[in-house]
Amino acid sequence: MTVYVKGVVFEGVDFDDPNSWKLDAYVKRGGYAALKKIIENKITQDEIIAEMKASSLRGRGGAGFPTGLKWSFMPRSFPGQKYLVCNTDEGEPGTFKDLDIMVNNPHALIEGMIIGGYAMGITVGYNYIHGEVFEAYERFEEALEEARAAGFLGDKILGSDFCFQLHGHHGYGAYICGEETALLESLEGKKGQPRFKPPFPASYGLYGKPTTINNTETFASVPYIIREGGQKFLELGKPNNGGTKLFSVSGHVNRPGNYEVPLGLPFSELLEMCGGMRDGKKLKAVIPGGSSAPVLPADIMMQCTMDYDSIAKAGSMLGSGAVIVMDESVCMVKALERLSYFYHEESCGQCTPCREGTGWLYRVVHRIEHGLGRPEDLDLLLSVGGNIAGRTICALGDAAVMPVQGMLKHFRAEFEHHIQHKSCLVPGF
Amino acid sequence: MLEIEIDGKTLTVPGGSTVMDAANSVGVHIPHFCYHKKLSIAANCRMCLVQVEKAPKPLPACATPVTDGMKVYTHSDMAVKAQKGVMEFLLINHPLDCPICDQGGECNLQDLAVGYGQSGSRYQEEKRVVVNKDLGPLVSTDMTRCIHCSRCVRFTEEIAGFQELGMGGRGEFTEVLPFIGKTVNSEISGNIIDLCPVGALTSKPFRYSARTWELSRRKSVAAHDGLGSNLVVQVKDHKIKRVLPLENEAINECWLSDRDRFSYEALNSDERLTKPLIKQGGVWQEADWQTALEYVANGLKSVVADHGADSVAGVANQAATLEELFLFKKLLAGVGVHNVESRLRVTDPVATKGVQWLGQSIADLAQNNAVLVVGSTLRKDQPLIAQRLRQGVKRGLALSIVNSHGDDLLTKLAGEVVTRPDQLVEGVLAVLKAAVELKGATAPANIDLVGVEVTAAAKQVAESLIGKESTSVLLGNLAMQNARASELYAATAALAEVVGAKLGVLSDAANSVGAQLLGFQGAGNVFAQPKKAYVLLNAEADFDTANGAEAVAALEKAEMVVVMSPFQSCAFDYADVILPVSPFSETSGTFVNMEGLPQSFNGVVRPLGETRPAWKVFRVLGNLLGLENFHYNSSEEIRDEILAAGIDGKLDNAPAAAVTVKAQAASGLVRLAEVPAYQVDAITRRATSLQATADAQVAGQLRANAATLASLGVAAGDQVRVSQGGEALLVAVEDKKLADQVLRVPLASPATRNLGAGVITVTKA
Repeated sequence: MTVYVKGVVFEGVDFDDPNSWKLDAYVKRGGYAALKKIIENKITQDEIIAEMKASSLRGRGGAGFPTGLKWSFMPRSFPGQKYLVCNTDEGEPGTFKDLDIMVNNPHALIEGMIIGGYAMGITVGYNYIHGEVFEAYERFEEALEEARAAGFLGDKILGSDFCFQLHGHHGYGAYICGEETALLESLEGKKGQPRFKPPFPASYGLYGKPTTINNTETFASVPYIIREGGQKFLELGKPNNGGTKLFSVSGHVNRPGNYEVPLGLPFSELLEMCGGMRDGKKLKAVIPGGSSAPVLPADIMMQCTMDYDSIAKAGSMLGSGAVIVMDESVCMVKALERLSYFYHEESCGQCTPCREGTGWLYRVVHRIEHGLGRPEDLDLLLSVGGNIAGRTICALGDAAVMPVQGMLKHFRAEFEHHIQHKSCLVPGF
Repeated sequence: MLEIEIDGKTLTVPGGSTVMDAANSVGVHIPHFCYHKKLSIAANCRMCLVQVEKAPKPLPACATPVTDGMKVYTHSDMAVKAQKGVMEFLLINHPLDCPICDQGGECNLQDLAVGYGQSGSRYQEEKRVVVNKDLGPLVSTDMTRCIHCSRCVRFTEEIAGFQELGMGGRGEFTEVLPFIGKTVNSEISGNIIDLCPVGALTSKPFRYSARTWELSRRKSVAAHDGLGSNLVVQVKDHKIKRVLPLENEAINECWLSDRDRFSYEALNSDERLTKPLIKQGGVWQEADWQTALEYVANGLKSVVADHGADSVAGVANQAATLEELFLFKKLLAGVGVHNVESRLRVTDPVATKGVQWLGQSIADLAQNNAVLVVGSTLRKDQPLIAQRLRQGVKRGLALSIVNSHGDDLLTKLAGEVVTRPDQLVEGVLAVLKAAVELKGATAPANIDLVGVEVTAAAKQVAESLIGKESTSVLLGNLAMQNARASELYAATAALAEVVGAKLGVLSDAANSVGAQLLGFQGAGNVFAQPKKAYVLLNAEADFDTANGAEAVAALEKAEMVVVMSPFQSCAFDYADVILPVSPFSETSGTFVNMEGLPQSFNGVVRPLGETRPAWKVFRVLGNLLGLENFHYNSSEEIRDEILAAGIDGKLDNAPAAAVTVKAQAASGLVRLAEVPAYQVDAITRRATSLQATADAQVAGQLRANAATLASLGVAAGDQVRVSQGGEALLVAVEDKKLADQVLRVPLASPATRNLGAGVITVTKA
């Protein structure tokens, strides 16, 4: 279920109409107007980037880096080939927003990428799509054909001298390929493993050429910003947190799904939109930004507004906007065991702390969950985590550690109970 | 230049340096595993994490570029905590089997664990076990010990040119593996043993035969190609246990070819001779040295007296030392004999003004902007030259070849002309004509370019050579051993002149340049017209000559044959005296490598049994014959006498005379006779592990392209009977990159030792 509240990405989309994703419908609701405006009015690259900066749009993939700033890093006068890459390798547990964009409004993404290519002087783009989603990949390819046939994409777009080729690329489903440099490696046909940075993709990206990589939702927000102006987009949200954001709400709520709401919306209101807690149970905790984000207990979460700054202040992160809601029936040890298993399974194995450490973390949590914990295990977990975090090539190491730290910060007593009594504090577990 | 402070020491380093480079330059040691100066930066082991001022996290020294004013702390609390954390992770799954690990005592992980590890482990879970891999007869695996530094993977890809190893699996299940069902077949594969920081990859021939601390380390020089790689020979109980490279950036860098690394096995083989032998009444008898040498002295004197000095010939392998060759020649000259030859596989000797050499230093070779190699199985004949050129190509060197086969050099080629072996001259002429046309120049008068067709491929090669600041044209073994070598040399020299390239010769053997310096040549093929007496030094007539069958036949007819060799061989059939002389490992001596550099070495082990260094044998023979000036006390004394006049002035690749070259047509079956990598000399041929490699298998193969095989009515995999003078049974193998009608039939192989010269035919066996 996707709920459109005050939309940018899903503006005008009729989720009940199976043809709403198509080009005709998209154009009817104002699609490709931004591109036409740029071509017809000969809007300069600098003006587009200025508009992006004014919008205060922050990267929707998880890191929240200001998009306008990222676009300005691209060396526009670079003489060789440059690339634009969309990261649709949506693999963070709890996140399912990009999938909905691809299925319900693919042209917003395509238009956003074309505008990005124009703004940075890039002629070739790729959309790297997660390997485990098929409908989204096929839909995207169909949409590309439509855009090409209509002259929005390809050579001499809308009769101008601007050319932009865009290709879909279906990955193989590795979580690590969502890390932008691992994605580039995978796109090049190599094993998906992150590169050491620097150099950053802006100078050494796909095939060693300058490359800009943005998330699907980020690109899909671009047409609105160009059409309506950066200021209007910013005003949808709050300062430094411009626009709307898609939240993938899952867990113990009555109506899980994607909610596109203005940034800065109180969490309590978002919870209400989702129909409140399932079966009237009490809210226990929320992971506010995907599995890598530290968990926040109910009382802290209910004070938060859903934006980058507020969640960061509370000690977690907005991340990809995956809101995992847990009620009082959840055993936090079991929950952490599942999360730690994920990172152990998805570590690429390239660098030592993550390759060796994620398995260690998982095994210790697994032991605790199965009644074999030792009193020193909790300090061991924090110590091992401390030896992983900040010592790895990419952020997967940190992502594996943050759930451990978050759980032990807020729910240490539950872990101690497990170790001491070899049983769960939560009834039913 | 950038200024950086490391642990309080201020220094300036060039832009682009990493923190690791900077630390190395002031002798600050930063612990590391994956970093290696010759490999790309992986930054995956994380052992070199250091604290950098203003950086919130510790940074890997190997991958962090120096910025101006940077302050680095390699032993601060933050750095050491990070390093110890990484060490703990590396150890949790590493087996505690150091007492039975061949790497024990020379293991980076063991060494660093002393400084950064704990005495006990906090890891109480089960340890990982990884299945071993079959990497072939040279490299042994214990993959459970692997710490995933990826040095071996990067070596195969970046240095050896083909990624024969890769990282399979993910996360904790990551493991180094070869392609499924394949082994590591690179000719320089042994280097991954040196690169492996732990005991995951160790030497298979050396396995469990000694502990590192029991071994004496002695310097030596490699004896199997013209490079002169520097060696550390490791010895226990007067036996060579292992051979490793001695780093010399100007020659072998830190690498060693498998041939130079593993050939030592032959030096301990059962086939070694230990006593002088004399054949009396058709029966071989052991003799003492005095008796044997008197027999030789008297025999030589009487043959010369009876048949004249021209009835005797001295034959030596070019892998003999300078001192040995010098005394050998001097000894024969003392009895009036001047028939000496060391170019045993050459059928058409090339006359040059001076000694044929590389034409430049080895280090300069890869600095050229373009290099053309004519007639060489480069990767097998000159493994480390091929490696150097590969690195050059990465920096923009345009490498091209004119060759009789299209063996993959595992690098990018700017141009490639593949011809029949008897059309190699025409291949070079086509490039020359293209160059002449492109430059608007004229070819030298001795070269007739009329009727030479300029192919697109030839033009491409010519283009790659023109307009470059520095270029070289090199001739390899297949060129110098070609039946039309003189013409080929003249055409190649003309090409070098037209494009302004340096002309170079890739020496065949360890002391090819030295043999020429001494003039140990000129007799030509001494077996074509049988002599009455022969003295053979380290030369096995059936394998080390161009036509083994002819050589053996001549030796069988001779009245007296003296064989000086470390090994038993078929010399038992034709020799009268066999003298056990030291291989290079048991004598002091000097090799002059392809760049004209004399490198002296000492014996690393004492001579086996009653084996004696050949220079001492010649000295005693000289004394027995009453010759003057044979009172040398040391090999150094001999060397100093030889080198007193210097070498540099004698090196000159310019043709001695203008040889007339004219294109000819050729058709019909033709043999491409080349020496397989592990058949080059008596030592290599007896190195058992090398003989078990994939590369060694070509010694029993006939290779031809599909069309040729079809025209012979033979399929790949069939056994075939090859006739050329004698017969050979070989297995047919398809080689896609040969010209039509070319039969690649090895020389110097047990399978082909009965083959001679002339018309060749093939039938299905």
